[in-house]
Amino acid sequence: MTGLLDDLLGGLALGAVYALVALGFVVIFKASGVLSFAHGSLLLFGGYLIAVLHDDLGFAGALAVAVLATALLAGALDRLLLQRGDPGPGAAHVQTIVTIGVDIVLLTELSRRIGGDLLPLGDPWGDAVTGLGPVTVADSRLAAIVVSAVSIASVFALFRYTRWGLSLRAAGEDVEAAALMGVRLSRVRTLAWCLAGGLAALAAVFLAAFPAPGLERTTGQIALKAFPAAVLGGMASPVGALAGSLLIGLTEALVAGHQSELSLLGEGFADVAPYAVMVLVLLVRPTGLFGTRGAARV
Amino acid sequence: MPEAPPDDPPALYVEHVDVTYGRAVSALRDVSLTVPHGRVVALLGANGAGKSTLLRAVSGTLRLHRGAITAGRVRYGGTVLDGRDPVAAVRAGVVQVPEGRRVFAGLTVDENLRSGGLGLGRRGPAQTAEARDRVFTLFPRLAERSRQAAGLLSGGEQQMLAIGRALMAAPRLLLLDEPSLGLAPLMVDRIAEVVREIHAQGTAVLLVEQNAGMALSLADHAHVLETGEVRLSGPASDLAGTDAVRRLYLGEEGAA
Repeated sequence: MTGLLDDLLGGLALGAVYALVALGFVVIFKASGVLSFAHGSLLLFGGYLIAVLHDDLGFAGALAVAVLATALLAGALDRLLLQRGDPGPGAAHVQTIVTIGVDIVLLTELSRRIGGDLLPLGDPWGDAVTGLGPVTVADSRLAAIVVSAVSIASVFALFRYTRWGLSLRAAGEDVEAAALMGVRLSRVRTLAWCLAGGLAALAAVFLAAFPAPGLERTTGQIALKAFPAAVLGGMASPVGALAGSLLIGLTEALVAGHQSELSLLGEGFADVAPYAVMVLVLLVRPTGLFGTRGAARV
Repeated sequence: MPEAPPDDPPALYVEHVDVTYGRAVSALRDVSLTVPHGRVVALLGANGAGKSTLLRAVSGTLRLHRGAITAGRVRYGGTVLDGRDPVAAVRAGVVQVPEGRRVFAGLTVDENLRSGGLGLGRRGPAQTAEARDRVFTLFPRLAERSRQAAGLLSGGEQQMLAIGRALMAAPRLLLLDEPSLGLAPLMVDRIAEVVREIHAQGTAVLLVEQNAGMALSLADHAHVLETGEVRLSGPASDLAGTDAVRRLYLGEEGAA
């Protein structure tokens, strides 16, 4: 029983972190129609900054700088690279491919700097644990759940109550109608990229914190698991991304927790499970849990 | 055409405009027309004649369709609109209601209306509420349904919402692209009534229509576009009497 509770809490924490990343995917997709393949290396960029800066600035200072810098880098990527191209129909596909190139460049440079090291981020939780009734939980996991919940709630409040949020949702529904209302599309989408970048840097903290050994050059690849979370949520739905992330996090934790009983599926099935869940969901609901059928204009 | 001084209240001037799509397809050639302040001007023409292209040239959305103004000038009073983005038009007081309504289906009626004010920069809640009250007076149906998703409204209600959304920006010139398209005859009458009322409140209207009967009954002045050129211009009542318009657009003597 405690094993199950352990797995559920672990899955919740993992899902909460995936949600930070998946929400970034969704915000970018809604605002620009682009699937950002550079998201993993943006996450790694944020994590690397914290690793390098926390000795001098303290953890909180390093985190603040990293979130801001990653947000600026993502915004600059959108403004200086992606929006420079031909704006016509199909531009989003071209821009998606550009993000693959950006990912390769960023990842190569960061890998060169990180090498084979495991970088500590200097987070305040260390390997401390807290007893919650019958289970003990790592403080870092509790922090992941709390910080993600607060961040995600703030993002949803931005969507609902700000002019930017309304602009983003309107543009997500119909770009041309939003333009006719005087929505400044390029500003709205650059802000969306900034927000996604900031969330990715935040996620890096918890992906490198205990029980993970620290930041390594492959940490960014974890963003790939948030990708099925965003897809099975419906890609353009923030609520869907949240639900999808929790589903993926719980699946992964439960599969890892019952590895021995699932030995039939081979070792390390937990890594594959997110994609298996995504395929299963898409078989039943091709548009994702909260997706709507893409309306193609003739 | 001589440089006219900035006028107040302003009029819309489209002067010798050429529009090309994808640098190859010519959609408008040497089109000129004027919408004086507070007037209703109708723009008639068949599918593909260039009516929507002309509205895009005014509202600044050609770029979204890979089109560009290659010659001529579009200005609203002293404000040059060609080569500017749609925000410039909205700020100048020129707001377009898109063809096919294009309401934000997943947003509530209220959010749709709020989105209509996005182009004006920050506004206080009082100003927004005042603009919304004006829209609700014109369209009481929308007030009843303000919490519903716009996608659940009927076609006629969506057209009202699309017009109401544009009115939230307090336009001085409203560009209406085929407001009667796909609506039942009763609803077409209702839309015509609404255009009359908007006009009576002092807003100028450029009305693009295939329903020539409706458009000519509302307009002071009308132009007929044919394959990208202005073929006929004149007072609406005169045009309604010409043989060509009657035959082609009013469906008399057998449809064209």
